[in-house]
Amino acid sequence: MEKEQMSDRRKFIFDMARGVGIAALGGFVWSAFIDEAKASQLLLRPPGALKEKDFLRTCIKCGLCVEACPYDTLVLARPGDHRPLGTPFFLPRDVPCYMCPDIPCVPVCPSGALDKKSVSTEGHLNIKSAQMGLAVVDQESCIAFWGIQCDACYRACPILGEAITIEYSKNERTGKHAFMIPIVHSGACTGCGLCEHACVTQKASIHILPREVAMGKAGDHYIKGWDKKDEKRLENAKEIKTTTEISKKSAIDSLNSGMKDLY
Amino acid sequence: MAKLWNKYRYLILRRIVQISLLVLYFGGNAWGLKILRGDLSASKIFNMIPMSDPYAVLQMLAAGAVISADLLLGAAIATLFYMLIGGRAFCSWVCPINMVTDAASYARRVLKIDNIKGTRQPASRNIRYWVLVLSLVVSAIMGLAAFEFISPISMVVRGVVFGIGFGWAAVVVIFLFDLLVLKNGWCGHVCPLGGFYSLIGKFSFIRVHHNEANCTACMKCKVVCPESQVLYMVGKESLPVLSGECTNCARCIEVCDDDALGFSIKSLIKK
Repeated sequence: MEKEQMSDRRKFIFDMARGVGIAALGGFVWSAFIDEAKASQLLLRPPGALKEKDFLRTCIKCGLCVEACPYDTLVLARPGDHRPLGTPFFLPRDVPCYMCPDIPCVPVCPSGALDKKSVSTEGHLNIKSAQMGLAVVDQESCIAFWGIQCDACYRACPILGEAITIEYSKNERTGKHAFMIPIVHSGACTGCGLCEHACVTQKASIHILPREVAMGKAGDHYIKGWDKKDEKRLENAKEIKTTTEISKKSAIDSLNSGMKDLY
Repeated sequence: MAKLWNKYRYLILRRIVQISLLVLYFGGNAWGLKILRGDLSASKIFNMIPMSDPYAVLQMLAAGAVISADLLLGAAIATLFYMLIGGRAFCSWVCPINMVTDAASYARRVLKIDNIKGTRQPASRNIRYWVLVLSLVVSAIMGLAAFEFISPISMVVRGVVFGIGFGWAAVVVIFLFDLLVLKNGWCGHVCPLGGFYSLIGKFSFIRVHHNEANCTACMKCKVVCPESQVLYMVGKESLPVLSGECTNCARCIEVCDDDALGFSIKSLIKK
């Protein structure tokens, strides 16, 4: 049987359909790759970085912030680093952010992915307003919690006394020594990582996490009733419908049941 | 020597331009040179004039990013330059991947892969325009510049300036693809940045011109041309090469023994 010659119109439609099909397949693979690649949440951005989602779409990956950094803190993610390719980040255990007062990495950013306004107070650059991350202490491996005297992180902190304070309490085990416990205050901590860099344990017992990862959120149903300003948040609170039914049995019955109705 | 220069003058100039740009970018990071800082995605010339990749900016726009004035200005400068003067010159005079694919294409000729019977070009050169559109769609859906996430071009430039990581693998893959799978595969078929500059470069004033009267139809130009379809007029008609897909690499001009090809300025008056 002889093959039927396709008309130009049919051929065009056929070619277009095939193109769309291949493009859909390609687009699927491409999107899946990007979705995986940008899923990495655990990375620290330069000071003044936009929220991660906006940062990823705004950063053009020119590396001008990296070039401006005098301490070689910032690096661009290379293939094999398992981080969104070409975007700047830093690893504080290797090189922390030394919190330059003139923040050279931010004004050079051509794309606005590093936002000058977010690291300025009253129109002046203020590195103390940076929010790169938040220091988190692992109480199990931090030797200060064992009762050994160490205040390396406290001493290393550029906002000493505000971002990290030392809390004293009695060491009951020896009866004559004090625990000197490092406490991080999220209101002051910039996430520069000098504490993580200075930590004496084999693997740092104080480390920087992105603020979105490290911080919880109380929500509008829990307020500080003694704080007039905080009470305002209650206005945002929305009604929550309870889905579990309230037990109709009396509380005494439950106590006398021998825990039967608990299991 | 003079003959050698005559046969390779544009090739030598292109390599000088491509390598100097990489050296200047590298120097901007490593030695604090202020001539050129950043990379091919966005840079500053003399710490003053912004330059940015208009295709990257277009993707960012599709992704819904707020584009800063610096990036817009930089993209406008680059677009105007290639639109009015350079044509698709980015691909043959600036892009470092061009050196890789030229090497692959040279290797194909030396190893006579091109002469193997039965090997046909199984792919359309229009794939790049599909990839270009697709990149904008994926950018819009994923909320980030999609091609910039996988671009071997930026990977290599960043690699040279800031450290390459596994980026060298991209170079190897593209070389092998061009060598074994598809002649001029990456630059001439797939790369959406090439497609983008093909669309912009259509308008530029600098054009290769063919003079049929001198042509002996030896077809050396078509053998070296990475976009040989743009030279359809060779040996037939005296015409300028008006296709935007011509990269203005000028290989055709220098291999021509008969002075049948040369640069010209496009005339605005239609005959």
